[in-house]
Amino acid sequence: MTSIILAIVIGVAFGAVLDRIGASNPNMIGKMLNLTNLNLAKTILLAIGTGSVLMFAGQMLGLVDVGHMSVKAAYVGVFIGGLMLGAGWALAGYCPGTGVVAAASGRKDALFFIAGGLLGAAAYMVTYPMWKSSGLLDSIAGGKVTLGTVPGSKFEGITALSGDILGIVLGLGFIVLAFALPERLTPSKSELQPAE
Amino acid sequence: MAMNWKIGGLLLGGVFFLAVLLVKPIGVSTQFVILDGIIGDAVNSELVTKTEEGYTSTNAYLAKSNGKYAKSVMNPLNYSFIFVLAMAVGGFLSVLTRGGISARERSIPELWRANMGDGVALRYGAAFVGGFIVLYGARLAGGCTSGHMMSGMMQTSLSGYIFAAGAFAAAIPVSLMLFKKEA
Repeated sequence: MTSIILAIVIGVAFGAVLDRIGASNPNMIGKMLNLTNLNLAKTILLAIGTGSVLMFAGQMLGLVDVGHMSVKAAYVGVFIGGLMLGAGWALAGYCPGTGVVAAASGRKDALFFIAGGLLGAAAYMVTYPMWKSSGLLDSIAGGKVTLGTVPGSKFEGITALSGDILGIVLGLGFIVLAFALPERLTPSKSELQPAE
Repeated sequence: MAMNWKIGGLLLGGVFFLAVLLVKPIGVSTQFVILDGIIGDAVNSELVTKTEEGYTSTNAYLAKSNGKYAKSVMNPLNYSFIFVLAMAVGGFLSVLTRGGISARERSIPELWRANMGDGVALRYGAAFVGGFIVLYGARLAGGCTSGHMMSGMMQTSLSGYIFAAGAFAAAIPVSLMLFKKEA
């Protein structure tokens, strides 16, 4: 029961924040990916950095249970799948989570995204044996690994560096990157861009 | 219209941290498989079956990892599935309290309209095809933007970096090709 209450509380918060930062707005996604407005990229970088610093600092202080970490396996299919997701994300303006939020916020195209998504997931379920036998799902570089070695974690590190310290350093790096990234990377067509 | 990125980034990072602190890292795309499984099992009850140790399925993907997904299909009131339903509620409430989205925008987003015109069939078709590719890719990769990119890179997992490299390597060129006009 507790886990259901947590699912509701954290899920509601996540959905609301995705809406407020503009992640479920295909215009914001499009402007981020065509490099004309990187505010959302700055948000995401700051979020990854903040989450990383809090989590690893919390683990070092013993306040966060290292057992909650869940590291996914690395294999060639991760990159191929990433390419596919990226292409579809750019085309539709939605990823799985933001598509759900967008549909709930009344965007009709997001309903078509979800329908397509259910079919795409079903297509993968059917073609999974083919991928499995191709070897592209076989672990590379140790599979479920972190960049440093996190004390007390069941996941191995690809380096012997302290995983906690590295996590905090990389987290701070993401935060610095968030501040350093300009608002746009492509030259503005007119000097007078309308305000958002 | 979107909130300041500094506040937004701290809030989003806070939610990802809260999830790890209290339960586990956030992920979404698996639940498309679970819903497919629920629909599939409703149509054909042979799809997922109970075994002595747990659950299994005639579908190899649902049956993998000792029937982990098959179990969720039979018990949809689990953390991860409710989490995604709650996301929809959160998004809905957030939009409601900021005054909603215009009917024009709800039908076709402005940036799409500026580049591709007012045809709803084209937009809905593109959203459908996009959804198909996104979820096929996410399942092949074993996670999506939230599970791999956000939760993964936050935990310094190698797979998160590989995924993000692939996602942006495709997303940026496709977007530059599609959306040349600014809205």
